[in-house]
Parts: sequence; structure tokens; C-alpha cells
Amino acid sequence: MSLQVENLKVYYQTLGGDVKALDGATFSVADGEIMGLAGESGCGKTTLGHSLIRLTPPMRFIEGRVTLDGKELPVWDMEEMNVFRFKKISIIPQYAMNAMNPTRKIGKMTAELLESRRVNAQATWPELKRRLDLVELSHDVLNMYPIELSGGMKQRMVMVLSTLLDPSLLIADEITSALDVSSQKAVVEMLVEFRNQRCCNSVIVITHDISILYQIADSIMIMYAGQLAEKAPTETIIHAPRHPYTQLLISSLPEIGVKHDEKRLSGIPGRPPLLLDPPAGCRFRERCPVAFDACLEPPPFTEVASDHFVACWKEA
Amino acid sequence: MTEPKKKNEFLYFALRNNKLRIGLTVVFFFLVLTFVGPQFTDYTPYAYVNPMGAQPPSSEHWFGTTMFGQDVFTQFVFGLQATFLVGIVGGGLGTLIGVVVGFVAGYRGGIVDEILSTITNIVLVIPTLAILLIIAAYLEVRGVFTESIFIGCTAWPWTARAVRAQTFSLRSREFVDLARLSGMNTWKIIFQEVAPNMMSYLLLVFILQFGGAILNAATLDFIGLGPMEGISLGMMMQYAVLWGALHLGHWWWFVPPGAAIMAIVGALYVTNVGLDEVFNPKLREM
Amino acid sequence: MLSLDGVSKVYQVGTFGGKELHAVSDVSFDVTDGAVVSLIGESGSGKSTIGKMILRLISISAGTILSDGVDISTLQGRALKEYYRNVQGVFQDPFSSYNPIFKADRVFKTIREEFFPQVPGSEWNNRVEGALQVVGLNPAHVLDKFPHQLSGGQLQRFLIARALLLDVRFLVADEIISMLDASTRIDVLNLLADLKSRGLSVLFITHDLSLGYYISERSVILYRGCVMEMGRTEKIYDRPLHPYTQMLMASVPRLDRKWEEAANVMKGQQSDLISGCVYYARCPVAARNGMCSRGRPALVEVEDDHFVACFHAGIGTMATARSSER
Repeated sequence: MSLQVENLKVYYQTLGGDVKALDGATFSVADGEIMGLAGESGCGKTTLGHSLIRLTPPMRFIEGRVTLDGKELPVWDMEEMNVFRFKKISIIPQYAMNAMNPTRKIGKMTAELLESRRVNAQATWPELKRRLDLVELSHDVLNMYPIELSGGMKQRMVMVLSTLLDPSLLIADEITSALDVSSQKAVVEMLVEFRNQRCCNSVIVITHDISILYQIADSIMIMYAGQLAEKAPTETIIHAPRHPYTQLLISSLPEIGVKHDEKRLSGIPGRPPLLLDPPAGCRFRERCPVAFDACLEPPPFTEVASDHFVACWKEA
Repeated sequence: MTEPKKKNEFLYFALRNNKLRIGLTVVFFFLVLTFVGPQFTDYTPYAYVNPMGAQPPSSEHWFGTTMFGQDVFTQFVFGLQATFLVGIVGGGLGTLIGVVVGFVAGYRGGIVDEILSTITNIVLVIPTLAILLIIAAYLEVRGVFTESIFIGCTAWPWTARAVRAQTFSLRSREFVDLARLSGMNTWKIIFQEVAPNMMSYLLLVFILQFGGAILNAATLDFIGLGPMEGISLGMMMQYAVLWGALHLGHWWWFVPPGAAIMAIVGALYVTNVGLDEVFNPKLREM
Repeated sequence: MLSLDGVSKVYQVGTFGGKELHAVSDVSFDVTDGAVVSLIGESGSGKSTIGKMILRLISISAGTILSDGVDISTLQGRALKEYYRNVQGVFQDPFSSYNPIFKADRVFKTIREEFFPQVPGSEWNNRVEGALQVVGLNPAHVLDKFPHQLSGGQLQRFLIARALLLDVRFLVADEIISMLDASTRIDVLNLLADLKSRGLSVLFITHDLSLGYYISERSVILYRGCVMEMGRTEKIYDRPLHPYTQMLMASVPRLDRKWEEAANVMKGQQSDLISGCVYYARCPVAARNGMCSRGRPALVEVEDDHFVACFHAGIGTMATARSSER
């Protein structure tokens, strides 16, 4: 078991009160697993990703336990997390293009980054060059400034940096959302290649694009309104989802070969609840076509089949 | 029908905003003091009224007297007048020049922008204080008003740059495109779409310029290059330091002008934060 | 009906405007009444530039855009305003489309002031409510609200309702659902498709091929400002002939099949080849044929309503090769 998260709650502090952005998540990511994390904006997927590595205000740790390779992560403590950050757990940020210091040459910046984590830069250099080869970047980039690189090159450079110390867990936060289809494909395939080459052990891919997850993920976890709705192997989520939200979400995706006048798709009526004061019971109840009396109680996230977890009273 | 309703909405939030209430109360207090203060004193700022010299506050002399026996309260209220004049004229002029230059550069773009930006940058790197020193030193007659003009003429560049950037980003927003698609003409777009977005920002700029002008004037006055006649809070502090009030412990001589400058400038900043909350519906709900 | 004829947009860039950037080169296509045409391409393909030229937000460098036979670049004052009654746009970022300090329904007030000052208040309110109902919004829930109090999907519908109030005949929809959530984007897309039955034509600008397939009869595939392939949507999608279109199709993440192990499509960046095919540097089949680097292939009709600009697409011709060799 690579990553285990138990009942993790992280709220956002606002003047109006706590926004319950992540309200009790329990799941695990296996060794070598690429787990997709999907949901609508504001469902808490980014909060979950960030709380595993950089839990900064206004985010506030409420409770929960995060274990990585058998060791508990002090996610609530920014200082203590320094021991794990970048070495054991790493992130490719959403705006990777702008993540690099524009005034430093890339090689120098990399060396500084390594030294700040008390890693011998010189000893790491051959591996760094090997990784550049892996993503088909010339070694010359180390002598260039970030501005001299194209968007795609920067993205690849940041991916190399994030995984340089072979982290056990890599979090990719919406890395494809600003890209064209052709670049999207290249970037996520590189992610898979990194995993295959053991540059990182497990990966969490945060995205709103489920069809991308279908291409690369081993399992997919769907979040709704700060809570987990369903987690299962990719094929199961796409072809046999059991949570009504997952079912509606997947059936609303247009695909090549589907035309509106032949097969009209429909969205999910309504809006997600406000997380400042979420309703009791199942949070999807208001929009759910099959809701019944039991849904007034919050449904547990239970294993309904092997590796298939669902939070729905219809399935429990 | 919608116009008065909108105004009421702003007023409604303005009246409920504590920062705005506190800030405005302080500024208003000093403003009132400027006008009614002279009623409470029978002296003129430089009249030698107390033969005893420096004396701490008493019922006769509310803020005490200076080493020469001048009434500090009288100097204070007349000094406040000079301070507000510098703030309004100097700050107002700085804002006006900065806003016009920034707005034209930002909205027109191209060569106009290049020329105006170059001028702005040149003025920006000239050391303001040095220029003011030279001008003040060479000027035959110096008054509070002239001082304000010079302060205003040297303080505008950062405003111009900020307003230019602001205009630039607003101009490329899609609601401006949409306004053009609604058949609105350029002036209507500038005044009805772009300018309202900058109102709170312009107020902020003016408030900062106002405070900056007061501080600038105080600095000039303090080093002895202030007006040749009249009195200002900065000059009070200059005299106090010149005659060793700090060493002799004559705190009543320099604390009132210093505290007043601090209070006015501080209150202006608090007002500004409050106004921002009133104008920005997003901050309002927090 | 709107038609583009040889439309180009050239920007002067660099110091003293010494270099030219061809954002759009010689693009021609028609949008007939009641049709949805997709304009598909990567970022930098010039698709938004074309939309903005149609909306007269930026000027046209060469070529003409005709609206019912009238050259739109000649429109001024009254005539331009009249044009905007017929042609409107909705943009990508719903939040940037609204002035944040005013309530969202101000977009309706603006068009009333500009276009319908003579309509009495109650009559106008009825029209607004009617338009909101058409776009699937409950007036009681969405009127008198600030933009940040509404969702992205609601804001985009607002803008479509605004276009309906003007009774427009042509809508430029520039990536209007790319920032919306999956659960709501399909509803906005359906709405757009339904507008066709009201005789409205839509230019649907997108980088998402599955969305293009879902709603459009015809598609135009753009690369670096040039049309690579265009025609009936089914024909292009079922039998993509241009290597660029084929690459796009292969890259689309689908739910019914996984990506094939293909050569990395990132290879080869854009080149500055002036005379050749714009896709030359990235094209997997170009190296075999010298003419790809020398001449720009013309758009040729390879079957009924299916045009391709590629020498390798069956019956390639070298239309401009001769002129470039001079």
C-alpha cells in the first residue's frame, strides 16, 4: 500500500465561516497505481491534492490520517512536511509554465532546489540528464532561461524536476486543462512513461476531463461536493458506474460519433450545494433522480465489489 | 429607476462598513478642527503669549507652549489648514496628471503609449526630493500653495503607471468587446464600462496621493524648505527639533503635529480599505 | 448568410514592426442560414481571430467578409449598429464577459438602451423573461444578481438570451463551454443546437473535436491560420484526409477506445518555412515529397463537400508551387 488516507477533513477558512471543501475522505492508492481524481469545479479535488503536500492557509487541517509507505505524514505541519516534500511526495502544479524562476538559468535553479532539500546536486546530475533524454529535451536547456523554452518544453522540464528524486507519490494537478489535444496526449503519455520507468511510484492525476483518465488511469475516483462518491478500476467507472452521479456525469460527455439530432445527451440539472453550510445526508440528494428516504442520512463510502467503493444508499 | 436604487445599495454597505466609519470619522474630526479650531484660540501662531517659555499643557494653553512662549494649539490648528491644503492641491494634482496620462496611454496604446510611458519613466527615476530641494532653495517666495503644486507635479508617475496597467487589463476584458457589440460608442464605453470599474481604484489613488503629499510636505518643511510664511505641522516639528524639544522633554511641542500627520494618513488608508470593500461586491459578502 | 472570401489577418511584430505574423491566411468559407459550422484548431490556429473579424472587433488585413452580400468592413455608425442586431458573439470566459461591479442583467438593459429605447418597460420585462425561459433559466432565480453569484453556465445562457432579445441571425460562439463543468456544458451545447430551429446560424469555435461533431453540420479545420480541411462534418471525421486532421483525431481522448501507440505528436515544432505547406515541419508524410517544402497546397474538393489542402490527399495539385518558384 503506497498511500492511505483516512477520514481526511480540510476546511477553508473564510470570514463567513468554514467552507467544508474536503469533508472526510478515506481511500488508498496502491503501489504503481495511477489514480484519476475527477469531479466538477469546487468538488474538493484540488483541495485533496494540495492538502497531501502543501496545506497552507486559508486551508485548515481538521482531522484525518495520511500514511505514505507505512509512515504517517504530518500534513498539518508545513515545516515537518519539508522532509517529505519533493523527496517522497511531489506535485506538478497546474500552471507549470510559470512555476520556474525567470531570472535563473534552469540548471542553476535545479541545483539550488536540490541543495535546499539537502541533496547533492552533483551526484544527481547524471540522472537529471538521463531524465531529460527520456522526455526528449536537449541537455542545453540547463543553460537556458525559462523564457527561452516553449510551453511544451517547460511543461516537460517541470515534470522532470518534480520526479527527479523518485518520489513515492506524484500529484499532477490539472496539467492538461490548458493544452491542445495533441499536447495533452503527449503530456499524459509521458506521465505513464515516468511511472513505468519507476521515476515515481504512484500517481494521482487531478482533472475534470474523464476521457483523458480513461486513456491512462488504472483507477478513477469521483468526488462530489467535498466528499468521495465512487472509486473503482477505470473500466468499471466508465462502463459500469454505480453511483448515480458518476452515471449521469459519464452519460453527459459528448463523443465523436454522437450527434445532437441522433442521440441527445443531457446534463445534470441543478447545482452542487454550497459547502459553507452543506445539507445533511447525501449531498447529491437534491439532484439525484433515484433519491429516497434513506438519503437523508449520509451514505457510507463502502466497498460494494472488489476495489469498487461507492457512497450511495442504493448500493449499500 | 435603477439608478437611485444602486446608489442606495452603495450607501447601505458604506454605512455598515466599520473601516470606512472609523477612517472617515478621524479624517472628518481633523477637518472640522481645521475650521472651528481657530474659534477656540485668541492668538496667532507666532505670537509670544507666554512669558514663561516652554510649558506643558494647561487649561490656558491646551497643548502647552513652545520655548518662545507660542501657543502650540494655535500653531496646530493653523498648521492643519496647511496640511489639508497640501493634501488636496498636491494630491489632487498628482492624481489628475497621473490618471490622465495613464488612461490615455492605456486606452490608446501604440505610439501614444510609448511616448507617454517614456516620459513617465523619466520623471519616475528623477529623485523627487532632490528636485524639490533645488526648486525650493532657488525660489524667491515660497508659499503653501506653490509647495503643493511642486509636490503634485513630481508625484504623478507611479499613479500613471498603475492606471495605465489597470486600463490595459480592463480594455482587453471581454465585457468591453461585448459593449462594442452592443453598439455603444467609444466614449460611452470608457465612461460607462471602464471608468466605473476604476472608481474605487481612483479614489484609492487619490487617497494615497493625498497622504503622500502630506508626508512630502512634512519632509520639506521639516528640513527647513517649507513655506516662508504661515505654519504647517511639518514646520512645527522642525522648530521643535531645532530648539531641542526632544532632548529637553518638551513632548507637547512635537507630539501633536506628529500624531496628527500619522492619524490623518493612517485614517486615509483605513478609509481606502473600507471603500474597496464597499465598491467590490465580491469582498462585500465576506 | 455570411461568407468569408480570402480573409487574412497580418500583424506587424518586432521592433519597428519589421516582421509579419500571419494569424489568418486566405481563409474562405460560407455559413448558410440555419447552419452550425465548427471552426476547429489548436491554440494559435487563428480560429478566435476569425470570430473577432466577423464581429468587427479587429480589422481585416485582406479579403472580404460578406453578410448578405454586404462587405462588413464598410459598415459605419448606423449600419454597423444594424449589423450587430443580426450578428452577435458569446465568448470563452463567462466571468470576464460581465462588468464585475454591475449586476448581470445589465447586459439586457444595455441593449434596450441601444436598440429598443421605444419599447415600454413592462413589455421589455416580458421579452426578457421570455428569452430567459427559452435558454432554460428561471427569471426569479437569476435576475437582480451579481455575476459572481451565478454559475458559469447561467452566465453563458444569459448571453445567449441577450442575443435572442436582439433576434440575431448569426452567433459567433467562441469556446463558450470550455470553461464550464461537464454536468452543465452539454445543456448549453443542446441550447445552441436548438437555436437552429429558430433559423439562427452559429459559428462554433472550439478545440474539442467531439463537441464539434455533436452540433455541427460542417467543420473547418485550421492550422496556423490556414484551412487544412473542410466540409461535411461526418465526411471529415469518418475519413480525415489531411495528416493534421488525422493527428487531431488520433489525439482525442475517447471513452470507446484507447489511444493507439503512435509516434509522439509533439515532435517537430513550427518552422519558418515561407513557401511550403504550413504543416510541413510536423507532417509525417511530407518528407517523401519535395513539393511540400516548395509550394503551398491549394484547397481541393476531393469528394462532394469535402475539401483538403494536402498534396498527398489523393489528388493533390500544386496550385501555388509555380508562383513561389519564380
